[in-house]
Amino acid sequence: MGEFLQSLVRGLGTGSIYSLLALGFVIIYKSTQVISFAQPAFMLAGAVLVSYLAPVTGFFGAVAVAAVIIAFLALGVERTVLRPMVGKPVFVVAIITIGVDVVVRVVTNAFIGLEVRQVGDPWGLSTVTFLGVDVQSRYLVMFGTTAVVTVALFAFFQYSRVGLAMRAVAYDQEVALAQGISVGSVFALSWALAGGLAALAGVFVATGAGVDQQLWIVALKALPAIILGGLESLGGAVIGGLAVGVIESLVGTYQGSFAPWLGPNFALVAPYALMLLVLLVRPYGLFGKREVERL
Amino acid sequence: MRGRPELYTSYAQDMAFLNTRPKRIASGALLIVALLLPFMITDDLLQLLATGFVAAIGAIGLNIVTGYAGQVSLGHAFFLAIGAYTGAALSGNPNGRVIGFGITSLPIWLLASGLVAALFGVLVAPLAVRLRGLYLAIVTLGLVFLGDHVFREWTELTGGPGVGRPAAVPELFGVRLDRNSAFLTGPQQLYLLMFVLLVIFGVLARNLVRSRIGRAFAAVRDRDLAASVIGVDLTKYKVLAFAISSFYAGVAGALLFVVNGFFDPGSFSLLLSVQYIAMVLIGGAGTISGAIMGALFITLLPRITRELPAVLPFISGDATGNFTVFQLEAVLYGVLLIVFLIVEPRGLFGIWVRVRNYWRTWPFSY
Repeated sequence: MGEFLQSLVRGLGTGSIYSLLALGFVIIYKSTQVISFAQPAFMLAGAVLVSYLAPVTGFFGAVAVAAVIIAFLALGVERTVLRPMVGKPVFVVAIITIGVDVVVRVVTNAFIGLEVRQVGDPWGLSTVTFLGVDVQSRYLVMFGTTAVVTVALFAFFQYSRVGLAMRAVAYDQEVALAQGISVGSVFALSWALAGGLAALAGVFVATGAGVDQQLWIVALKALPAIILGGLESLGGAVIGGLAVGVIESLVGTYQGSFAPWLGPNFALVAPYALMLLVLLVRPYGLFGKREVERL
Repeated sequence: MRGRPELYTSYAQDMAFLNTRPKRIASGALLIVALLLPFMITDDLLQLLATGFVAAIGAIGLNIVTGYAGQVSLGHAFFLAIGAYTGAALSGNPNGRVIGFGITSLPIWLLASGLVAALFGVLVAPLAVRLRGLYLAIVTLGLVFLGDHVFREWTELTGGPGVGRPAAVPELFGVRLDRNSAFLTGPQQLYLLMFVLLVIFGVLARNLVRSRIGRAFAAVRDRDLAASVIGVDLTKYKVLAFAISSFYAGVAGALLFVVNGFFDPGSFSLLLSVQYIAMVLIGGAGTISGAIMGALFITLLPRITRELPAVLPFISGDATGNFTVFQLEAVLYGVLLIVFLIVEPRGLFGIWVRVRNYWRTWPFSY
C-alpha cells in the first residue's frame, strides 16, 4: 500500500507538470486551432533562465521573472512568425512551430553547455511524511501549485472580460471580430499564457535533477495528455495530464513484476500506448468536442 | 500541330508523363548528367548523393500520404525503421551476433522490406480513417515513440542502442555492390544502384498520382467529406495511401544505411520524421520532383554547413567551440523550415515554377 501511495503521489506530481504544459497546448489550440510544437523549447528556456536568475534574485523571484520573460518571448514568436500564417492550413503552421522549437532549443542548449545546471529550488530531493508514507516534498509542491494555477486560469476565463473575449474567439472568430474583440491580441495573449505555463512547468521538471539538454523530451508527454483529454477541453487537459503522470508512475512501479516482457523503461512510452487505446474507442478524446461536419 | 507544341487535342496528351518538349529534353539531360556524375566527382560526394537518392525515395513516400492524400504523418521514421530492420535481418549473417537469414539477394530483401512496412501501414491506417488532422499527426508521433522503445529493447534484432547492427547486404546477381569490382569502385556502384532505384520508384509514383488513384487521393486531401459524397471510398483510399507510403518508406529504410553499412536503433527518432517532413515541405508538398529536390537539399545541407567555418571564422569547426557547425546546422533546419513555409509555401518546386514562368514570357511580365 505504501508503495502504491508513493507511486501515486509521484504520478500526480509529474502529472501536474504535464497538466501545465497541456493547458498551454489547449489554450493555443482553442484560440488558433494550431498545436504549438514550440512548447518544449519554451519549457527548456524557462528552466534555463531560472538557473541563471536564481543566484541573483532568489528562486521564487527567478521563477516569476522567467515566466514573464518566456511569456514575452512566446508573444514575440507569435507576432513575427505565426502572424503571417493566419488562415493558412493548420498543419503548415504546426510544422512552423517545429522550426521555432528547433531554433529556440539550439540557442538555449548553447547556454546549458554539457554540464547539468541547478535551478536552486528549496526542495531538492527532500522528503516529508504524507499519509504515513515518505514522499518527495517537491511532488506535493507541484501538485499544489498546479491546482492553484488551474483554478486561477479557470476563474480568469470564466469571470474576466479578457477571458470572455478568449472564449468568444475560441467559439467563433468572425463573430468575435464583429463584436469588437481584437482577435489578434487574443492570439498573442494565448501564446503568452502558454509560454508562461511552459516556463513554470520547466522549473518543476528541473527541480531535483537539474537542467540538461534532454529536458525538453518531457514536454512531449503533454501530447498524449491533450489527446486523452480532447484538444478543445481545458478540464480535459488537466485530467489528461494527471492521468498520464499517474499511468506512467504506476507502470514504472509495477510493470517490472507483472509484465517484464515489455522491457525496462516501458513506463516512458506507456502514455503513448494509452493514447492509442483511448483514441480507438473515442476518436475525440475523453472530453473533446465531436465535430459536426457540413459540406 | 507543328510549331504549336502546347496545343493538346486529347486528355491523354495533357496527362502524358512528360507533356511538353522542354520537359522531355530537360529530363533526358538530367538523366545523362546523373549517369556521368560518378566518373567526375569524388567517392565521398557520391556516397552523400547516394544517401540523398535513398532519402528521396522515402520523401516521395511521405509525399504520397501527406502531400497527395493529405493525411499528416509524423510517423515516417517508424516505417523507415521497419524497412531497415526487415532488410538487415533478411540479408544478415545467419551465424552473426544479431538475427539474420542470409538472403543477400537485393531484389528479394528490398521487396520484402517494402511489403512488411506496407503491412504495418495497413495496420495503422484504420486510425487515419477515424481521426483527422492534428489528432492523426500526434498519434503517428506516438507510433515513433513506441517503435523507438521496441527497437531499443529488442536487442536480438537491433543490437541495442549504441551498439547497432550491420545494414542490409547489397548483393545483385552474386556481386557485392558495396565492394570495388573490376570496373567500378564501391561508391560508384552504390550511387548507380540508388539512382536507378530512385528513377524506378519516382516514375512509379508519378504514374500513380496521375491515375484514378492519384485523383482520388487529391479529392480526399482537398475535402474528404466532399470526396466521399462523390463516391470516393474514404477507407479504401486512406488505407491505400498509408500502404503505398509505407512501402516506399520500407524500401528507403532498407537502403538508407547500406552506404554506411551500420546503424543503431537510436537513428529512428522523432528527428528523422521531422527531417522527412522538412524534405517534403521544403521541396514542395504534392510534387514528386519537389520531394526529390527537398531530399537532396536536406541531405547535402550538413555538407554545406561544414564548409562554412572556412568562410566565416566566428563559427568553430569542432564540437568544442562557442558556436559550432552542429548548432548552426540545427538552427538552419529550423530557420529554413520557417522561412520556406512563410515565404514560399510551395517550396523549391514553387521557386522553380516562378523561374520557369518568368523566362517563358520573357521579356514580358505576363
